[in-house]
Amino acid sequence: MTSLPKEPPKKKLGLVIDLDICVGCHACAVNCKEWNSGGHSAPMTDTDPYGADPTGVWFNRIHSFEVENEETGGRTVNFPKSCLHCDDAPCVTVCPTGASYKREEDGIVLVNADHCIGCKLCSWACPYGAREYDEDAGVMKKCTLCVDKIYNPNLPEESRVPACVSTCPVGARSFGDLGDPDSDVSRLVASRGGYDLMPEQECRPTNKYLPPRPKKQGGEGQTAPELMPVSDSSAGVIARWVDRFLSA
Amino acid sequence: MKDGIAARDPRVDTSPVVSDEVKFTTCYMCACRCGIKVHLKDNKVRYIEGNPDHPVNRGVLCAKGSAGIMQQNSPAKLKKPLLRVGERGEGKFKEIEWDEALELATGWLQEVRGDDPARLAFFTGRDQSQSFTGWWAKQFGTRNFAAHGGFCSVNMAAAGLYSIGGSFWEFGEPDWDLTKYFLMFGVAEDHDSNPIKMGLGKLKTRGDAKFVSVNPVRSGYSSIADEWLGITPGTDGLFVMAIIHELLRAEKIDWEYLKRYTNASWLVVQAEGEAEHGLFARNATGTPLVATPDGKLLPLSDRKADPVLVGSYTLPSGQTAVPAFQLMAERYLSEEYNPDAVAARVGIEAKTIRRIAAEIAEAAFEQEITLDIPWTDWAGRPQQKMIGRPVSMHAMRGISAHSNGFHTCRAIHLLQMLIGSIDVPGGFRHKPPYPKPCPPGPLPAGQETAANTPLDGMPLGFPKGPEDLLVDEAGNPKRIDKAYSWEYPLSAHGLMHSVIHNAWAGEPQEIDVLFMYMANMGWNSSMNVPDTIRYLTDKKPDGSYKIPKFIYSDAYHSETVAFADLVLPDTTYLERWDCISLLDRPISSAHGAADAIRQPILAPGRDVRPFQDVMLDLGVRLSLPGFVTEDGSALYPGGYSDYIVHHERTPDIGPLGGWRGEDGSGQGRGAANEAQLDAYIANGCFWEKKFTPEQSYYKFANKSYLEEAVHMGWLAMPGPVVMEIYSETMQKFRLAAEGHGRRQPPDHLRGRVADFFDPLPLWYAPFADADIDKGPGYPLHAVTQRPMHMYHSWGSQNAWLRQITARNPIFLHADMAREKDIADGDWVWINSPHGRVKAQAKLMRGVNRNTIWTWNAIGKRKGAWNLKEGAPEATKGFLLNHIISELLPPREDGYRYSNSDPVTGQAAWYDLRVNIEKCAAAEFGETEPMYDAQGPADLDAPPDILRYGADLKGEESSLAPVAMKDWIGNRAENAAGATGIAPGHGNQTTERHKKEKE
Repeated sequence: MTSLPKEPPKKKLGLVIDLDICVGCHACAVNCKEWNSGGHSAPMTDTDPYGADPTGVWFNRIHSFEVENEETGGRTVNFPKSCLHCDDAPCVTVCPTGASYKREEDGIVLVNADHCIGCKLCSWACPYGAREYDEDAGVMKKCTLCVDKIYNPNLPEESRVPACVSTCPVGARSFGDLGDPDSDVSRLVASRGGYDLMPEQECRPTNKYLPPRPKKQGGEGQTAPELMPVSDSSAGVIARWVDRFLSA
Repeated sequence: MKDGIAARDPRVDTSPVVSDEVKFTTCYMCACRCGIKVHLKDNKVRYIEGNPDHPVNRGVLCAKGSAGIMQQNSPAKLKKPLLRVGERGEGKFKEIEWDEALELATGWLQEVRGDDPARLAFFTGRDQSQSFTGWWAKQFGTRNFAAHGGFCSVNMAAAGLYSIGGSFWEFGEPDWDLTKYFLMFGVAEDHDSNPIKMGLGKLKTRGDAKFVSVNPVRSGYSSIADEWLGITPGTDGLFVMAIIHELLRAEKIDWEYLKRYTNASWLVVQAEGEAEHGLFARNATGTPLVATPDGKLLPLSDRKADPVLVGSYTLPSGQTAVPAFQLMAERYLSEEYNPDAVAARVGIEAKTIRRIAAEIAEAAFEQEITLDIPWTDWAGRPQQKMIGRPVSMHAMRGISAHSNGFHTCRAIHLLQMLIGSIDVPGGFRHKPPYPKPCPPGPLPAGQETAANTPLDGMPLGFPKGPEDLLVDEAGNPKRIDKAYSWEYPLSAHGLMHSVIHNAWAGEPQEIDVLFMYMANMGWNSSMNVPDTIRYLTDKKPDGSYKIPKFIYSDAYHSETVAFADLVLPDTTYLERWDCISLLDRPISSAHGAADAIRQPILAPGRDVRPFQDVMLDLGVRLSLPGFVTEDGSALYPGGYSDYIVHHERTPDIGPLGGWRGEDGSGQGRGAANEAQLDAYIANGCFWEKKFTPEQSYYKFANKSYLEEAVHMGWLAMPGPVVMEIYSETMQKFRLAAEGHGRRQPPDHLRGRVADFFDPLPLWYAPFADADIDKGPGYPLHAVTQRPMHMYHSWGSQNAWLRQITARNPIFLHADMAREKDIADGDWVWINSPHGRVKAQAKLMRGVNRNTIWTWNAIGKRKGAWNLKEGAPEATKGFLLNHIISELLPPREDGYRYSNSDPVTGQAAWYDLRVNIEKCAAAEFGETEPMYDAQGPADLDAPPDILRYGADLKGEESSLAPVAMKDWIGNRAENAAGATGIAPGHGNQTTERHKKEKE
């Protein structure tokens, strides 16, 4: 059994994901995979990469599905999911070796590969399914929030964010300190009604999702004035123009 | 858990050294051409990210671009030139040296050139160097050249260029910052990949605009649309014309814009049966005439002319003439285009069509934008403001890949012209070098070809009338693909999809050498794969192949490789020089002109050569003019990079616009600069020249812009680009079909030309609709879409991307499936009049009820791409291509047209009509048709496990970590929304940016 920090970290780094604009393009997932292939948990092993069942380690996966709604006619939702860096992370407390832990300084949940015995208890404990077992290495891997990128002076400032964030083509991903209510990222969550994924699991996730906004469907309150024909007949319309534009 | 193990990992290094060096170049994982920063470690790619300064992608990078590492690492990369030793298609080759390969190719090509250069068909696929390869074809002397545009989106290009002097796809963009209403037609996950995603993100985050997606499928971009209209495929033109009907009836049109910037006021001769019928009335010097409110007729050039758009006038000749606008209005005011009349066919309720029309009108006219930017029009008249109609549109393959796509695209442009929204604030904006004159130039060359003689111009161009067609005295096609013939007169990008069939059939000519590059014509880039394979392998009675010689260049072991006689292996995009040129398809935006280069950042490590270097080498070996000096030595001995710097198309204008002139100060124009490529590299491999605010809109009539365009060589004259609601060019072809003029179509084509060369946009049912009631009936539409993570990524052998999609189901509406007793996961037969293919069903609701669809180009042939036995791409992935005929059903006389648009020759992929039936249980499990495995082309076996990056982890740098910073997606737009967020971009707030500048 492993302890969480005695006091929940003041600084809570995490992601804010805007479901209003995510198009499900997988840019975040692939850019994550490439950064982390040579990153903290390298490699992101792929088994049978050119064969019948190609599978590999991904810290971020996108699920696209349809939600039915009689009134609005349903919608297609694109839902990216990675570790939510929970305050009450069950993947940490369930770990028998101390390999899984939450950093005191910024709340990032990491795995110490040296101590991981590959028992997979954490992946069973995580209600979000956000852990990735590397069969080849025999250890559990997971989103590091690009801990080797966000503080790294070897990179220019604009690159010092998680790979999934700076690469997102639609700008659906934001990153920052969700423990600071005055941070830009907290303000974004407040203004857009950002929510916790599956709060009933009581994991107190740090990452937040911004819900899709009401769509401008042309329903009540957003209807443009109906177009009024200027004449009953086509000939009438043209005759009206002739009257109007010709002085003769 | 207060008493557990208190854990930490002391080894977490937050400041590792990431790479040995970072190099800039341009992505080529699709056609978007984003700027990338490639981090290299030990001569391997450690990380690829978007270049934040780049005008195309501003730092973002999509899934494909991010998977570039695995494209570079692909075990399907060809390693050495290959000479076929078995039968075609067997995939049996022997490796040969480059010298032998090039001598062989030279021998074949020399013989052709000395006889008739047109017996070479040179088609270059997804080539981004067409101004170079087209010039090669010209200097060789063959008219039989094109790239892949004919099976991609020539309908968008041609309809746009013949209507507004510019086009959708990459040649224009919505005014993402100012538009209030964005209507997107037939764009799924693809074109124009990152710019569209960035734009949609901004627009949606701003929250004051509406995004409507017109698409049979609710996926990708459509999933975030405010309103999704699941239209019936091929009916978009009717939908647009019904909107035009509504706008005209309610007078919601921009009269002033139409008068000033379009040919709406030009008088059209009305003399049915006469040679001038439907042409513009002109004065003695050829200037079009307009009518004034008092009934006078004045030449357009008369400054006093304030033209009217309606009325009927008598010309000095005694003939009657009416303004083009009136002809247009009469057509679309007709009850034929009443929303009630089209709703059932379009699959959108009449009240919805009316509401969309009302919303467009409201956005265009009630939310008018006024920018306080003074400008001067082409005639020198000062304008105080820029008026904007904030309605923008974008359309792509869903429009273009139908046999009615040209007219449908023209209808969309007509709609934009009517509301005055082209190149105005909030509307659709041109990207330089567009707008071009309308109709565009130059003409296609190749009326005559002669032994050892270059063509007198570039092979691809834009006919302005029947006299410009490439046909013989009898009216028969001259080109192998029948481009610029009476069958497809405005085929501005050629018909690559017709070449293999026609070369096999020897119709209209036989060829000796087929030379192709970067298009998988032996598989997913061809319609009718089964017969295409037969055409490539069929023999004459004497045992020789019907297509005598086939040279193919590709970087990977695609399905097409196995059919080639000689394979010239190309490099990857990270191993070569390229230029993305203003002579061709630049990276400009509406904000300015831009071009870019690729630089080799990795050594190939195998015996392959960049295709463009090879073409230069062949040019020297063949002694082509322009490739050799007087003594016969290479004019560009340094290869393609030498050409990029030193080639001049016209004096002082070459492939790259930046850093020209000896001192590098020239922009767009200037002598060659030896240090040009260094300057590009220092600037992140691109060059951009931004417009002044005054030049930013109304470019078609903006003096300052037009003068700049002339200086840059984009336009010959600073005159206005007059947009064409009425196409006199089209009418010229129709008149010829009706028996006028020196050059007329053969009798069997008169009806076809007369029908489809309507000077106003027209809607007709896609040709394949004729199949609906045949045999068992084919009531359903079948279309494909590109997955965003694979669109144009040149093959799904990519180890990462194939983990996302390695098989493709057939998607169908759940209600329709239920009627047919089809459940999720069942196998079904998809039957077309041409054949059948087996696929696994996936049920959904966000799809037009009568449409089934799948992802494009996922299915692979067994053994290709160096995938292993059992790869799902071959067993569960499938192509609809198998059941799309490349020819239409025979006419009465047996003749078969290409399955293409009759105006442009665009491949009509999405016309396909099908039915589906559930397979018998015994047939479940694997797709059909199933082809034999292709040979391995002597490639190494792919790995069973990939630990890429295990050796790339960075060493500690001993640098102290720096403070992290918030990053807000769409920061500027979110900040504007009263959220309290600091404005700026990403993690760069405006305040910090200012400080850094100080």
